[in-house]
Formats: sequence, C-alpha cells, structure tokens
Amino acid sequence: MSTPTLESPPAVPEEIQSFTVTLSVRRFNPEVDDEPHWENFDVEMYATDRILDALHKIKWEQDGSLSFRRSCAHGICGSDAMRINGRNRLACKTLIKDLDITKPVTVEAIKGLPLEKDLIVDMEPFFASFREVQPFLMAQNTPKDGKERIQTVAQRERFDDTTKCILCAACTSSCPVFWTDGQYFGPAAIVNAHRFIFDSRDENAAVRLDILNDKEGVWRCRTTFNCTEACPRGIQVTQAIAEVKQAIMRGKP
Amino acid sequence: MTSTIAAPRSPYARAPRKNGVNWEKWGWIYMRVSGVVLVVLIFGHLFVNLLVGEGVSALDFAFVAGKLSNPFWQWWDVSMLWLALIHGGNGMRTLVNDYATTRVARGILKSAILVAVVVLIVLGTLVVFTFDACPAGQPADLLPTFCQAL
Repeated sequence: MSTPTLESPPAVPEEIQSFTVTLSVRRFNPEVDDEPHWENFDVEMYATDRILDALHKIKWEQDGSLSFRRSCAHGICGSDAMRINGRNRLACKTLIKDLDITKPVTVEAIKGLPLEKDLIVDMEPFFASFREVQPFLMAQNTPKDGKERIQTVAQRERFDDTTKCILCAACTSSCPVFWTDGQYFGPAAIVNAHRFIFDSRDENAAVRLDILNDKEGVWRCRTTFNCTEACPRGIQVTQAIAEVKQAIMRGKP
Repeated sequence: MTSTIAAPRSPYARAPRKNGVNWEKWGWIYMRVSGVVLVVLIFGHLFVNLLVGEGVSALDFAFVAGKLSNPFWQWWDVSMLWLALIHGGNGMRTLVNDYATTRVARGILKSAILVAVVVLIVLGTLVVFTFDACPAGQPADLLPTFCQAL
C-alpha cells in the first residue's frame, strides 16, 4: 500500500540572487582621527535592498562604531541624506540595483556642513538659514466666523511643489556656492520661503522677499541645477529660486 | 576616488546684514539686460566688419578710421565697450566671491578687476571720441596714404 503522492513536486520557489557589494565609507572619529579616511566593507545584498540596509548590516554585524542618522527609513523624515557615489541621495531611497556594484559604492557625509562623525554632520547652520526666512504662516486678519482660511485649488497649486520639502539638506549641501563659505542661504531655505511667499493666506511675503534680497540671498544662485538633481522629493528647486528672484524684482509674489 | 571638498569642522556665522542700497539685485538685472543688448551689438559689429561688402578683406586701418569718424559707429563701439567691460568685470567679481576664500585675496582680486575695468573704459572711450586718422601738422610719411586725398 502506497500513500498517494503528487505527480510532480510543488515548484520550489526560485532562489533570489544575492550580490556581494563593497561599500567604501568615509569614516571620521573626532576623538581619534585628524582627517577622515575611507574604509571598505563587503556586505551580502539583494537587488531590492537599499544603501540604508547595507549600512545597517555593517553596523549590526561588522562594525558597531559606524555612525549615521536615520529615522523613518522610508524617505519622509529626511535624516539620512548622504553622498552616494558622489551624488547627494537619501540612503533609504537608493536601491542596490540602481548602482554599479562592480566597483565599490562610495558613501560619505554631505558636504559643506561641519563633519561630526562618520556620516553625521552638524545641521545647525542649515536650520539657522531655514529659521531666518521665517517659515511659518503669518496673517494679521482673523478668518471669517472663526473658520479656516479659504483657498482656491489654483491658489494651492501655486506653491504645491515646495510644500514637499523634508529638510534633508541634500540640495543645500550639493550647491557649489554653499560650499564656498557657507554664507549663502542655500536652496532649502529659499524653497521653504517660496512655500509661504506664494501662499495666498500669508501676508508677510514682502518681509521674506526682503530677507532673500540680500548679498547672500537668491542672487548668489548660479543656476547650476545641482539642487534640482539632488532633491529626493523631485522638487524643481532651481525653478523655485528663479520664481523668488522674479518676485523680488516685481516687489510682490 | 571622487574628488572631495574638505568639510569645515566649525560652524559658520553669518555676517551681520548691512543697510543701504542692495547692489546685488541691480548687478543681477544688469547682467541680463546688458547680455541681451550685447548680443545685438556684437553680432551687428561682426556682421558689418566681416560679412558686408568685401567682407573680411576690407578690414584695414582706413576701414577702422572711416568707422570711427562716424558718430553712429562711435556710439555703437562705446556702448559695446562699456556694456561688455562692466558685464565681464561683474562676472569676474562673482567668480572671485565664489572661489577666493580669504578676505585679503578677495579684496586684492576685486580691486585688480575694478582697476582693469576702469582703465580700459577710460582709455577706450578716449580713443573712440578723440581718434584722428590724419592729425594736422604731422610729417606726411608717417600718415596713411588716404590722408593726402583730404
């Protein structure tokens, strides 16, 4: 007596191919090193893994001293902007399959901000510029009947692109003018000013235009388009800066 | 390895904002306006000098002397001189602002640019408006041949 068996064995799930990826990470420990240096790590990765997963693997399995910022790991919090193969990217949105893994993938901290440790920079100068443009709604009037301030679809559409900013600093730290002396406000601050300058509910556009009509304001932009290329949210950053320039010339949004 | 920009270790402090006229905006507008005007002036200049009539073979001392005796071409050339030199000088100034890192280097380079622009504008304007191909009372063998016809 034989037990009934299936004619053909159930299809074995095809094994997903994995790759050995070499990550070249620019390390810096302020307590030991005078200068940053490059260190290579080999990690086993799938094509659908991200650079952030590779960094996690290194930190959890190889070298616990590797330091980097990350919070949500899904491209919303803006913590893990870094220079991957020489381009500013979010580590959590950069897939292994999109990189050339025949060579080591370089990972380093974003440029132009003071380096603190490994992939961590001091973001304070970046946020200081952001604060300077007064990125909050300023309206003197009270809305009718104590209700919300009404806006048409077209009025909302006007500044929709610049509401997407997650303040990851990928744009500002890709800007060659910002690299020179760090005095330039930087694309991110201008994008966030743009978001309120062109908001029909806001009444202090003139103040922000005056702040950005500065020696270190919008006029230092050379339209290099590095910021637009770097933005992980696809904001047309250079266009936003140009629109602020136009608004300054008109004297109103 | 990718070329890297050394990261600063200490935070920057933004220089306090100066009051007064903001020249950056006017500099930016000047670059756009003069650029458009210069396209017309320079291509007009090249067209008249190199293509019209006999073309480039007509270019000689007499051709230039003839043009510079005409008030229309005098003003054409002077506007080209002023617009182009200030346009170029301002462009060089922004380059210095972007690339010179120390205050002293910045000051020296920007003053050198200013001196070069002013000297060239003054000399050029002087030449265009005071140029005389046949100065009176000069020995005839030093003058171009067409002066005898005058």
